[in-house]
Amino acid sequence: MNMELSFYLVQLLNAVQYGFLLFLVASGLTLLFGIMGVINLAHGSFYMLGAYLAYWLSGVTGSLWLGILLGLPIAMAVGYLVERIAISFLYQRDHLYQVLLTFALILIFNELQQILWGTDVHGVAIPEILAGSIQLTENQTYPVYRLFISAACIAIACGMYWVIQKTRLGMMIRAGASNREMVQALGIDVNRLFAIVFSLGVALAGFAGMLAAPVDSVYPGMGENVLIISFVVVVIGGTGSIKGAFVGAMLIGLASTFGKVLVPEMASIIVYALMAVILLRRPQGLFGKAS
Amino acid sequence: MLPPSRTTLALLAVLLVLVLFPLFGSSFYVGLMTRIIIIAIFAMSLDLLIGYTGLVSFGHSAFYGIGGYALAIAFQDAAVIHLWQALPLSLAAAAVAALVIGWISVRTSGIYFIMITLAFAQMFFYYFFESPSYGGDDGIFLFFKPVLMLGDSDILQLDHENNFYYLSLGCLVLGFLFLKMILQAPFGKVIRAIKANEHRVRALGYATDRYKLVSFVIAGVIAGLAGFLEGAHSGYVNPAYLSWHESGIAIAIVILGGMGTLYGPILGAFIIIMLQNFLPELTEHWQLLFGSIVIAVALFLPHGVVSLPHKLGALFRLKRKHPEDLAKEAADG
Repeated sequence: MNMELSFYLVQLLNAVQYGFLLFLVASGLTLLFGIMGVINLAHGSFYMLGAYLAYWLSGVTGSLWLGILLGLPIAMAVGYLVERIAISFLYQRDHLYQVLLTFALILIFNELQQILWGTDVHGVAIPEILAGSIQLTENQTYPVYRLFISAACIAIACGMYWVIQKTRLGMMIRAGASNREMVQALGIDVNRLFAIVFSLGVALAGFAGMLAAPVDSVYPGMGENVLIISFVVVVIGGTGSIKGAFVGAMLIGLASTFGKVLVPEMASIIVYALMAVILLRRPQGLFGKAS
Repeated sequence: MLPPSRTTLALLAVLLVLVLFPLFGSSFYVGLMTRIIIIAIFAMSLDLLIGYTGLVSFGHSAFYGIGGYALAIAFQDAAVIHLWQALPLSLAAAAVAALVIGWISVRTSGIYFIMITLAFAQMFFYYFFESPSYGGDDGIFLFFKPVLMLGDSDILQLDHENNFYYLSLGCLVLGFLFLKMILQAPFGKVIRAIKANEHRVRALGYATDRYKLVSFVIAGVIAGLAGFLEGAHSGYVNPAYLSWHESGIAIAIVILGGMGTLYGPILGAFIIIMLQNFLPELTEHWQLLFGSIVIAVALFLPHGVVSLPHKLGALFRLKRKHPEDLAKEAADG
């Protein structure tokens, strides 16, 4: 394969993998906003929680697989508790209070993380079976684990599509995203629906953190960058739209990865500029409903 | 002329205490109070947006940072910083930034407005964070305080902590009076109406976007003033000025103090900066306490600490009869 071409192929694979991870975090965030009307700044903390659970449990059990298997129910349980204790108080409130209260939650989660796991930066080993690389050209390789991340995310995305389009729960989620009051009026237990959606959102963000732990390091505050980029994704795609979150995540994945290669000095600015341009054309996001 | 209200009297009393404070406080506390006053100016400007115009800006730190960076970039190698050059430069830089960011942002509303303002602040954060010529992560140090020359002598002498304190206090009072003035003007009535119901105001024929933009620029300029003061006071400007934590803390200050009042954010700044200074002495994990306090106040005192006397008063006055009932009794009797 041509040198130049394979280099861009590697970048493309990286962009897609990053986009998929963002999609996992952003899809929970967009559902939360679409269905419950909550801006949850603490969503990035669940990404961090996932990464720390992967580090901790894979250390204890000696296997990342067991770590993920044990970590997911823990993440869901934490999500359920947080929803009951904190988030459920926010449904009827103004955005302003949601921003403030979930901002305060971040401070609390960060401190809890430091109490539980300290301030050191940790690494998580890639499972042996995925530790290899694929030879693209003579001196261009691509790690198998990164391909695995994309594959796992595709599986999750397909699963989400199936749940949302084909199941009764999905029906309620879709109905909730398009008209919350109507769903309530039809006698659906919205409290239960909200708790389920929130826990699922936490599990998705946590899963993203677990998958990312071996390629990025695990460190305090790691959720905050992901959080803000995920909000950019949600806003680009249009709130409440899973399709929008997917398109937005891929756009941001591509813009940020190729931005780093082509205009390194402007790389971090590009995603925000992209968002500004899109909102200038469509103030409600690509797939959002006009208010 | 109407007799001054109880609020005015209370504010004058607080001002008197603030004016006399350096006579009794040690230089450490005067420095701390200066920082509180600067943050109060910053929070007060944000209150114009969230408390009066109904614009929840989550990127207000952008203008605070730009005010500081304009000073630092223009004068990092200068031997003398002339106040009459540096201050207008900082305010102009903040104004231009607010005009551009506001022009794009005020078209959006709700979560989109929150996020687009955040996104712009992040853009500036990363721009300064990654630019080696402006010190990157470390920022820029300023070795001199601004001077205001009259003839051959500097009439400010900001090297003295007390003088800087009075300069900041003067800026706070001027900012307060300026905001008070525009809020009492027809402009203030329109932006309050926009907060209450933008559709109606637009239906009445007002170009609401333009009013929102003007409000956004005024708030940006005052935040730039705060950033200028902080940069000159602390002697360094770094990307932390622009971080989204700074914007979040500013929102916390406005709500905790009491949004929709100009003195609320001042009180809020006092409480928050005090907590940030003294909680770490209590415990290593002070953010846990800090976050819990913010949550508790936001949940139980949504109108901030300034609503506390009113709330307590209502509690004590419960037993008193409602005026309408009294009137009815009088009519019957």
